[in-house]
Amino acid sequence: MSDTISITVIDRDDKPHRLEAPTDMGLNLMELCKSYELPVQGTCGGMALCASCHVYVLSSHTLSEPSDDELAMLDSAFFVQDNSRLGCQIKIREDLEGLEVKLAPEGG
Amino acid sequence: MDQKFIETDILIIGAGPVGLFAVFEAGLLKMRCHLIDVLPQPGGQLTEIYPKKPIYDIPGYPSVLAGDLVKNLMKQIEPFSPGFTLGERAETLERNADGRWRVTTDRGHVHLARAIFIAGGLGSFEPRKPPISTIEQYEGKGVEYFVRNPEEFQGKSIVIAGGGDSALDWAIYLANEVRELTLVHRRTEFRGALDSVEKMQHLADKGKIKLVTNAQVVGLQGADHLESVEIQHDTEGSFQISTDYFLPLFGLTPKLGPIGDWGLSIDKGAVEVNTLDYSTNVPGIYAIGDINTYPGKLKLILCGFHEATLACQSAFNVVNPGKKLSFKYTTVTGIEGMPAPATT
Repeated sequence: MSDTISITVIDRDDKPHRLEAPTDMGLNLMELCKSYELPVQGTCGGMALCASCHVYVLSSHTLSEPSDDELAMLDSAFFVQDNSRLGCQIKIREDLEGLEVKLAPEGG
Repeated sequence: MDQKFIETDILIIGAGPVGLFAVFEAGLLKMRCHLIDVLPQPGGQLTEIYPKKPIYDIPGYPSVLAGDLVKNLMKQIEPFSPGFTLGERAETLERNADGRWRVTTDRGHVHLARAIFIAGGLGSFEPRKPPISTIEQYEGKGVEYFVRNPEEFQGKSIVIAGGGDSALDWAIYLANEVRELTLVHRRTEFRGALDSVEKMQHLADKGKIKLVTNAQVVGLQGADHLESVEIQHDTEGSFQISTDYFLPLFGLTPKLGPIGDWGLSIDKGAVEVNTLDYSTNVPGIYAIGDINTYPGKLKLILCGFHEATLACQSAFNVVNPGKKLSFKYTTVTGIEGMPAPATT
């Protein structure tokens, strides 16, 4: 199971979910949440266009820098904090072992 | 459109790739189609969002630009002379006494059809509304999500919220028209075009725009009409300013829209269908492409093409009750087009 990492997602009722995530599938965090049937819509399919996969990054992992598209989307989203990211733009990689995120409120 | 109403066999809501391809499959079965789309041009997301991006999973095309795929689809359906109502949103659905469906757009154009295909993709693009609990009661009474008629703001005081291009552009345009303009943005930096940011700064320096950054509008007050907004500053607490209008300009977001009120069975923002023929719970109404959901659903254009094809076979019985359907290959029979319907 060396190519699997675990990620903790805290839902909107503050309940933590431990997700096993394969690193060799080119998955992103939005897709991972959906595959576990967490309440993440991913309306736009991962093009940084809807913010329905808005999360707060709680752990201190170094993530790839947000693209202009993602920053522009976060600028027009709500409930945005300094640690806000779009789940669809976070690729599941080995160095994200132990990542902890919280789902932002809906409509954000 | 000079007709009183538009009549067709299949009315397709959404002119994206799947809606367009449905015209082809319907045409092979001699059924006419008309498409409605909220966007001003056909192609849906492909044209609106990513026309220059390549798609790699269309069978037979190692790579095709989204915009080119739409062009090809338009060419492919040309022989069947589909009609289009563009830049309008399908608003209401009713059943006529003769059994046909009647769909009226937000501009009041009426469409009559035996069968409806909902091919709405992500849904219709609607303004992103700030999470202020009372915002809906002030819509049209001081809260506006679009600037439709700039003259209405002349001599008034307005508050604009947002940090993107549309917030900046309207702040700059309206600064000299209105009595007082406040621009509220959550951060210090603006992401709009550099030129717009500079213009806005210049107007702020001259006192034409009152700039409030690191702040958000969190509340609205007023009896019959908006009278003031409450602004929460990140570090300085909250304060109220009186205003005639509040314009939250946070861009558009896809929403299911009015389709959600048409009595269709909906799961997580998508229309539930039977995979036998992609019919919904309402006989005569089908849902194809990204807007539908069923066990194993994949949001892929190629799957939408398949869904459109099967839905047409089923819709044939709705459009032509009692008629027998015989299946033919295009390679054997070729394409027999049909002329555009005569307009009266």
